[in-house]
Amino acid sequence: MLQYAALKTGRALFVVWAAFTLTFVLLFVLPANPEDLLFDPAELNTVPEEVRAQVAANYGFDEPVLVQYFERLGRALAGDFGNSVQSGKSVTDAVLGVLPGTLLLSAGALALAALIAFAIALTATATRRAWLRNLVESLPSAAVSVPVFLSGILLLQIFAFRLGWFPAFGDDGPASLVLPLVTLAVPVSGPIAQLLVRRFSAEIESGYVTTSRAKGATRDQIIRGDVFRNASLPALTITGITFGNLIAGSVITETVFAREGIGRLTQTAINTLDVPLVQGIVVLVAASFALINLAVDLVYPLLDPRLRASLAAAAA
Amino acid sequence: MTALAAPPALRLGGLARRPVLVAAWAVVLLAVGWALLPQLFTSYSPYIGDSGASFAPPSAEHWFGTDRLGRDLYARCVYGARTTLTATLLAVLIAFGVGTVIGLVAGYFGKLWDNAIMRVVDVFLAIPSLLLAMVVVSVLGYSANNIALAVGISSIASFARVMRSEVIAVVGQDYVKAAYGSGAGRFAVMARHVVPNSLSSVIALAALEVGTAVLAVASLGFLGYGSPPPEPEWGLLVAEGRDYVAVHPWTAVLPGAALALVVIAAHRISTSLRKDPRR
Repeated sequence: MLQYAALKTGRALFVVWAAFTLTFVLLFVLPANPEDLLFDPAELNTVPEEVRAQVAANYGFDEPVLVQYFERLGRALAGDFGNSVQSGKSVTDAVLGVLPGTLLLSAGALALAALIAFAIALTATATRRAWLRNLVESLPSAAVSVPVFLSGILLLQIFAFRLGWFPAFGDDGPASLVLPLVTLAVPVSGPIAQLLVRRFSAEIESGYVTTSRAKGATRDQIIRGDVFRNASLPALTITGITFGNLIAGSVITETVFAREGIGRLTQTAINTLDVPLVQGIVVLVAASFALINLAVDLVYPLLDPRLRASLAAAAA
Repeated sequence: MTALAAPPALRLGGLARRPVLVAAWAVVLLAVGWALLPQLFTSYSPYIGDSGASFAPPSAEHWFGTDRLGRDLYARCVYGARTTLTATLLAVLIAFGVGTVIGLVAGYFGKLWDNAIMRVVDVFLAIPSLLLAMVVVSVLGYSANNIALAVGISSIASFARVMRSEVIAVVGQDYVKAAYGSGAGRFAVMARHVVPNSLSSVIALAALEVGTAVLAVASLGFLGYGSPPPEPEWGLLVAEGRDYVAVHPWTAVLPGAALALVVIAAHRISTSLRKDPRR
């Protein structure tokens, strides 16, 4: 078990380091003149040569690549990704400043997505009407197919402009959170629902269900008591996909609803080619992904007795 | 597999009993038709508008209405299909081609190759593909081709992973050992047995990836990383209409709905192509 944990932790650390290195190569090494990325492309030709040289020296671009790399890596290890080119604030502050907004949005969307997914899976498993099951089973693939920006704009149009139930933009108060939450939850719920529908239908055909039925338990009791628990656990295995959907979705959702957050920060950072900020965000996202995956890898065997047994057998 | 083995007449009969699938094929073929021969589907120009007909609502004359400059939105959708679908095709080809080769090397040569390649793949999987695509586009510069390249690069990792696990499964099969036993060389076995037998899952993934890639391309277009504005592109059309959505909802909703319909249809077709629809 200890060896397993050490291996997984090592891999997580490697992912974070590699994400840093990858973004360093992409953003600082590949562009012929990395300092060009720091200027607005439209004004690039009007920038005097001395100013460029000055900027290059400020950011250390005039030093050898390896020196730059180790300097930046050393500072990044201490949590310092340099200063944002646009705002001049430190990258860490800029990211931490908008993080709570995105965390709130993603956590809420994730909870809502899980509710939707379970509702879909339970309906599909429990119903005996074929048309209803077919309809419900087709919902997840529709949920991942509708572009986030379209569903966001539709919700805006109907609930903010037509009905006036919720504010269209900004982030003040819980009412302004409702529409972005729903927008983000829809694509996130799709893959979870797909997996749950599959697991539920596989579990309902397994041996222990037949045994319980023979002993006199009703279908509803079995679904609620056994199938629900056994089928839900594997949802943890697609944590990575869920996380990616949340990040990608929040970039678009925050843009559509003009909310402060990591997604919107990413978009502005890319638009203005704010290289240190982009690197900071990518490393943060990769680190969160690695951390969440590590947590799932370490906790999953504890939750699933079958896996725990096989790990113990492998260690012995 | 059984569906493919059945005689064509039976397959057509089977299709007739699945109206949703037929509709999905119709939608996708229509979109491909738009991309190949846009002038057949509309007589309007996607660039030149009638400034007197600014923001005309959908009508028999302008099916999707017109935008601020009086340009016919249906025509812009039709011509936009070429930009979006070409980028999608390019992205899937890049991801499929590179991902398959990487997965093959990792799975077939194993050991050190496998370990080294899969750790790198882990890193690419740890960065959400939209974020990775945004970074790549920002380095390459904004254009439809660079979007295609970025989306392609960001999905290489998932192709590599699927190909690798398929290759590992195939390499363990008896017929591969038999091929070695009958004196075939490593590369002959790889080309004759391993590659053809590993590809089916990867092709299924490619089919699924078409829908996902359309979405990714359109999302990047929506964020403004594609071709500059006069060019019609589905994501950009929605973004252009977004500013007027409160007063003229069709400008954003209709192009977006066309896009969503194509993605849903592509997903439906890709599920039907899989051997076991439950998987």
